[in-house]
Amino acid sequence: MAAHVTTPGSVEPKMWMGGIEPMKASYGKLMMWFFLISDTFTFSALLVAYGYQRFSFPAFSGDFADFTFSNLYWPIPEKVYEAVPFLHGMSLPLVFVGIMTFILIASSVTMVLAVEAGHRMDRASVEKYMLWTILGGFTFLGCQAWEWAHFIHGTDSGSVFTVIEKGVEVTKTVFGANLIENQYGPAAFADFFFFITGFHGTHVFSGVVLNILIFFRTATGLYDRRGSYEMVEKVGLYWHFVDLVWVFVFTFFYLV
Amino acid sequence: MSEAHHIHNQDPNAGAEQRKAIWKTFWILLILTALEFLIAFTVPHGVLKITIFIVMTIVKAFYIVGEFMHLKHEAKSLIWSILVPIIFVAWLILALLLEGQAIYDAIFG
Repeated sequence: MAAHVTTPGSVEPKMWMGGIEPMKASYGKLMMWFFLISDTFTFSALLVAYGYQRFSFPAFSGDFADFTFSNLYWPIPEKVYEAVPFLHGMSLPLVFVGIMTFILIASSVTMVLAVEAGHRMDRASVEKYMLWTILGGFTFLGCQAWEWAHFIHGTDSGSVFTVIEKGVEVTKTVFGANLIENQYGPAAFADFFFFITGFHGTHVFSGVVLNILIFFRTATGLYDRRGSYEMVEKVGLYWHFVDLVWVFVFTFFYLV
Repeated sequence: MSEAHHIHNQDPNAGAEQRKAIWKTFWILLILTALEFLIAFTVPHGVLKITIFIVMTIVKAFYIVGEFMHLKHEAKSLIWSILVPIIFVAWLILALLLEGQAIYDAIFG
């Protein structure tokens, strides 16, 4: 809303071709909102499919302390995500994913501060906060790369599962995860991990690319010449959406 | 939020109120996330825990969408255009969780 108020000397960038402004929002901002709604549907479909699979599998019913990985029931997330870089072999459930959550929330804050600076036409502040946001995005992606690598390689001892191969029951040790089997639980568990966090990571990556583009265009003075920093706001919407999705992924994948 | 952040000029104090609101939202999100961790390790697994998590997630979503994405301060028609389609998601959740439960009952029940 704030960006809509005309800055002295600027043209009227908000009026659509008919001369009015539907929903008091510029064309680009409205289209970003409706794109985000469609993206919401995609992420919802993935998360709901996860819930559907989880409900159709047995849950671990014994005592929490006795939990072991098995392909016969869905794993407890705290037991799966307990590794932290440089602390090999220590059980630190959800600590690393907590750090990742913090990084993403912090980068969302620096993004909204960049948007706010854009309202004041404060180019230096926009540049500063965009750089922080980009740094946060890269840090998150780095963390996710590590998490994936750990998830794929698995623990030192792996898990002993009984599986059916070519119609015969065999007992074998499974290490790490791929799309066919994983040491943490049913195959679908790792499949959803890869698809949901991967799809989210792809969004983070494209968000970082857009943020870099916005930083570049801010630094070269395009928005000053245009008289409006609204592009920062539009890309900001996308970046907050990525944060929003992570809040849901965090709850439904890592906590529940 | 008052009308104060409508004012635009080169004054460095402009938008101070808005920045205050941004940091307030940050602390709310951080505290809620910290609480989620606390609950993850103290409350026993069950319906209560899942309900708490879902409520806290929706509260966090409200602050991100409302404050960071600024939807709370947009035109009413825009707010509803975004919120109403979410009904389809609610329906999808309900339909597929029931379906998942039915599959579980058919195989393991």
